[in-house]
Amino acid sequence: MVSIDLNNFWSSAFQDLLVLVGYILLILVGLVLAVSYLTLAERKVLAAIQIRVGPNVVGWFGLLQPFADGLKLIHKETIIPTRANPFLFILAPILTFSLSLSAWAVIPFGEGWVISNINVGILYLFAISSLGVYGIIMAGWASNSRYAFLGALRSAAQMVSYEVSIGLVLIAVILTAGSLNLTEIVEAQKGLWFIIPHLPMAVIFMISALAETNRAPFDLPEAESELVTGYNVEYSSMTFALFFLGEYANMILMSAMGSILFLGGWLPPFDIVPFTWVPGIVWFSLKISVLLFVFLWVRATFPRYRYDQLMRLGWKVFLPFTLFWVVLTSGVLVTFNLYPGS
Amino acid sequence: MINIAAILFYLFSGVLLSSAMMVVTARNTVHGVLFLILAFFNAAGLFILANAEFLALLLVVVYVGAVAVLFLFVVMMLNVEMGNIQKTAREYSVAGGLIGGTLAVELILMLYSWNTSPEAFEMISSPISKDGVTNTQALGNLIYTHYALIFQASGIILLIAMVGAIVLTLRHREGIRRQKIGDQLARDPKDSVSLVDISPGSGI
Amino acid sequence: MKIPLKVMFLKNFFLIELFQGMWLTLKYMYLKKKVTLAYPYEKGPLSPRFRGEHALRRYPNGEERCIACKLCEAICPAQAITIESEEREDGSRRTTRYDIDMTKCIYCGLCEEACPVDAIVEGPNFEFATETREELYYNKDKLLSNGDRWEVEIANRLEQDAQYR
Repeated sequence: MVSIDLNNFWSSAFQDLLVLVGYILLILVGLVLAVSYLTLAERKVLAAIQIRVGPNVVGWFGLLQPFADGLKLIHKETIIPTRANPFLFILAPILTFSLSLSAWAVIPFGEGWVISNINVGILYLFAISSLGVYGIIMAGWASNSRYAFLGALRSAAQMVSYEVSIGLVLIAVILTAGSLNLTEIVEAQKGLWFIIPHLPMAVIFMISALAETNRAPFDLPEAESELVTGYNVEYSSMTFALFFLGEYANMILMSAMGSILFLGGWLPPFDIVPFTWVPGIVWFSLKISVLLFVFLWVRATFPRYRYDQLMRLGWKVFLPFTLFWVVLTSGVLVTFNLYPGS
Repeated sequence: MINIAAILFYLFSGVLLSSAMMVVTARNTVHGVLFLILAFFNAAGLFILANAEFLALLLVVVYVGAVAVLFLFVVMMLNVEMGNIQKTAREYSVAGGLIGGTLAVELILMLYSWNTSPEAFEMISSPISKDGVTNTQALGNLIYTHYALIFQASGIILLIAMVGAIVLTLRHREGIRRQKIGDQLARDPKDSVSLVDISPGSGI
Repeated sequence: MKIPLKVMFLKNFFLIELFQGMWLTLKYMYLKKKVTLAYPYEKGPLSPRFRGEHALRRYPNGEERCIACKLCEAICPAQAITIESEEREDGSRRTTRYDIDMTKCIYCGLCEEACPVDAIVEGPNFEFATETREELYYNKDKLLSNGDRWEVEIANRLEQDAQYR
């Protein structure tokens, strides 16, 4: 087609838009399903480690349990406390949930399977994950409740601290990959996944991801035994459900980030025939599942950190070590002339 | 044809200016900080419109993700009393007016002697040279090649400021028992518990 | 004895103890047999001394055992038992009223200990939750019907426990 008449242009733009909306819906539905089954998986894994059976009444092996839970939550009453700030109180869970969804726009599920292949993808992911704290801090403040406020303050300090070490881990990976684009980072791992040269960074990333998503053993913001449930004490019904969905979607997001940065995204473990037959998205979801299992496994194993210990770990252990590793990485890359694009 | 970029530009800059206005006029300080965050976001949007996506995301990461969180943290903790703001405003209006007036005069004087370089308009319309260099690379070249010394020097200044702040606030108080993690980890579980056989009624 | 610094550093740097802990939980996940009891369908074992829902027993000929001595009423620390008695036509002393307020009862078993004729007992039944408080104010009819329903189990339990009394 040489000349583009206006009619055709609009209809093609409209079609593009429709396809885009289709993709987005596909990811959203997939993500919400994944989140609901992650809650079931969490209960099952925790049960298995505590030698219990776990939910097994609703559906076969409890497979319908997430839907039963969701229905229950929807049927409850949305309570807005009298002394709360209603606008921020409602905005906070919406913000948390929509942020955790919007990050998925740049995640490559397979070769070319990405909604928006922007060239600063990793920075976008980092920015979105650092915004997650606002939902929590706004919820804590707007609830006008001591427990919620304490949880929000803890969460703010904790997430800001661990972002620093995550940022430096990202820099080490970016240096090795030579790009901020997630697809190119995955492609740079053909032959050697970054978990092998960057093993300590992978471990630190995993631990920081636990802190960033407020998961055990760093679940101080919601510490049930001391703060009831921290920032979401005052929430009920769908507002609570949105927080819950957001937290679990963030877990999945962090696992996806981990598998893209260190486990080669959609790449098969060996570039030989039986492995390359399996489509990339299967490998990708497999890697995400493994990392998610680690999240649950860690929760079942370790007791909660004390707050000062958490801060000490972030600032006095992770920050110097990641900084050292970034210097080491760039030193090695320059000395042996290995840096990408040279 | 409707120019979507222009619409977005006016949207972003309009919201940016009005939320910046709200930052100083909002009665509730927490709302003020939240408006500041909104302003940051719109600035990031303007950066993206100028094809500076790296700067845009850096703005979000650094200012929204870290600095504003700390602002919010402090403001929420302070619980500022909004009672007699009218009175305080009147008290400070003279000094504030003087400083503001001086600044305004300085700005006007500077604008009079402003020289616009002939290439400036081209640079505005395409801040990045079009030879396939990405935004990130262009910025890296600028900071780490052309202005490396200045950049590093500013980094060192910030570091010194940080060290200074820590030195000023750090105090060693006497008689505080701290957790010695090294000592705790150095204990061997095998000899931390000993079983003693005590005959009844004899005590230890 | 302190662990040498070098060993300690290696141990901490490679997070040895953390991985040991994770290995332990992983072993639990795969090697241990599940201990879950599917409660309404499966139940745990009960001791013959278990103190559950109260029952008034009868002699094998159908005559109620209780002689209205009021020892249980006297000993009850929660004062949950109320007894009124009168002479029956055949001249024997029997209760006209035997109420237990199950919301007061602390299930201490002293009524059972005090009873000289093994009339009031605490049976093995622990599933008698109700939807209203009123249903928990047991009267003589309710207690007797409990006794009739659980007689076999109660007799068995008393026999098993007799050697320890």
